[in-house]
Amino acid sequence: MARKARKSPAAKTKAKPAPKSSRGGSSAPHHLALVATRKGAWLYHGDRSRSRWKADGPHFLGQIIQHLVLDHRDGRTLLAAASTGHLGPTIFRSTDFGRSWQEASRPPAFDKAPKGQQGRTVKHTFWLTPAHADEPGVWYAGTSPQGLFRSEDGGLTWAPFSGINDDSQYRAWMGTEQDGTPDGPKMHSIIVDPRDAAHLYFAMSGGGVHETLDGGKHWRPLIEGMEVVAGFDAKNVAFHDPHCVRLCPSNPDRLYQQNHCGIYRLDRPSKQWKRVGKAMPAKVGDVGFPMVVHPRDDDAAWVLPMDGQTVWPRTSIEGRPAVYGTADGGKSWKRLDKGLPANQAWWTVKRQAMAADSEDPVGLYFGTTSGELWASRNEGKSWACIARHLPEIYAVEIAQLT
Amino acid sequence: MAGNGTIKVLVASPLHSYTGADEVEARGKTLGALLADLDSRFPGIRFRMIDEQDQVRRHIRFFINGEPVRELGHGIQPGDEVCIVQALSGG
Repeated sequence: MARKARKSPAAKTKAKPAPKSSRGGSSAPHHLALVATRKGAWLYHGDRSRSRWKADGPHFLGQIIQHLVLDHRDGRTLLAAASTGHLGPTIFRSTDFGRSWQEASRPPAFDKAPKGQQGRTVKHTFWLTPAHADEPGVWYAGTSPQGLFRSEDGGLTWAPFSGINDDSQYRAWMGTEQDGTPDGPKMHSIIVDPRDAAHLYFAMSGGGVHETLDGGKHWRPLIEGMEVVAGFDAKNVAFHDPHCVRLCPSNPDRLYQQNHCGIYRLDRPSKQWKRVGKAMPAKVGDVGFPMVVHPRDDDAAWVLPMDGQTVWPRTSIEGRPAVYGTADGGKSWKRLDKGLPANQAWWTVKRQAMAADSEDPVGLYFGTTSGELWASRNEGKSWACIARHLPEIYAVEIAQLT
Repeated sequence: MAGNGTIKVLVASPLHSYTGADEVEARGKTLGALLADLDSRFPGIRFRMIDEQDQVRRHIRFFINGEPVRELGHGIQPGDEVCIVQALSGG
């Protein structure tokens, strides 16, 4: 394991500086789309109108970047979860928008197993979440296979967090690596309650949704109302496969979830998820990966359905991709496909690859498995393609620069 | 043969971002000790090859004098040549 931090020569050679105009002027880049792909990362600098985007990249060409996240608390710390086909996983950190990168000196890694026992190995870090505003420099990471880690120094060193990685009950719920997604089981959707740094959620594919009220000392499953694949017992936490969970910034008591088996809403303090995806058109269904919520309206959310029939093609439905949005908490859904390909578009969007900005009207963004980056400046009413021909997109995050 | 008891190590291209070269010299009486020596000079390089359970990662191979080696305790003699290879194909 690394003993001290180092510069990444890959970034030295490939990272181009952000446009000089990024610090002022009406046309100054104001939005940053952080695009993580199977073969590297790109930063798209968008102007205030969100109509012009300038590509900066590739960063880490050839490396698998699972997530690229800007710390909204300081507006400058950027973390990238990286691995390659050959090498073990690591985390890179930049505080100058990717001009230079520093590698974590202690990336997320499970504890070494006692002699004679089989230990687990982090295959990749999948999810990154900045902690509460009262805990500057603290981050959480979710890994594949499922593990929860915490950094208290802005991503340079990481340690297992809260004991669940080696808890026998949680290990049983996590299942084996054969129980997870094709690319390995994931811990994801690590959510921090903006009102309480000790109130956290996470989700596991597979292994359900969980929360702690005491900063990770105790966790409990939060799966009531969630359905599982037919023939399995919904009481068994291990059988639950939440794909993406989001908390409404305007109402932290409301969460939405895109699950392997439907779209759900949860209004705390209730523990009962309600399957609001039942209101989706029957021929579309409510299977998908991403879930996006409105920054100011807890009744508004968006999904991007995929084909989950028969052998689970995981493509758009009938080759006609569309976003669906609700403005009434999931009671009804509206198809939003203006500008998207009308047919023969067989891509889909992964769970981390769809995001919203906080402008009015809200901008929506998604990246496809075929390497296209799409955006809407009007809450999904119409769509335009920002970039094509990128590698398979794993994650899209939107940051607004001030 | 490298001088002063050091061992010549041929480094696969995915690790050149650490070493800055395709050939470096290192010290160590075992493969594990040699990797620890490399990590002291190129921080982080060991974890990219060896996981937290001290197992060689799936797509990394070590050869000593042309023979495949998977045990970190495998002995190395002065004059041996160590080769770190990436083993991966497909898109």
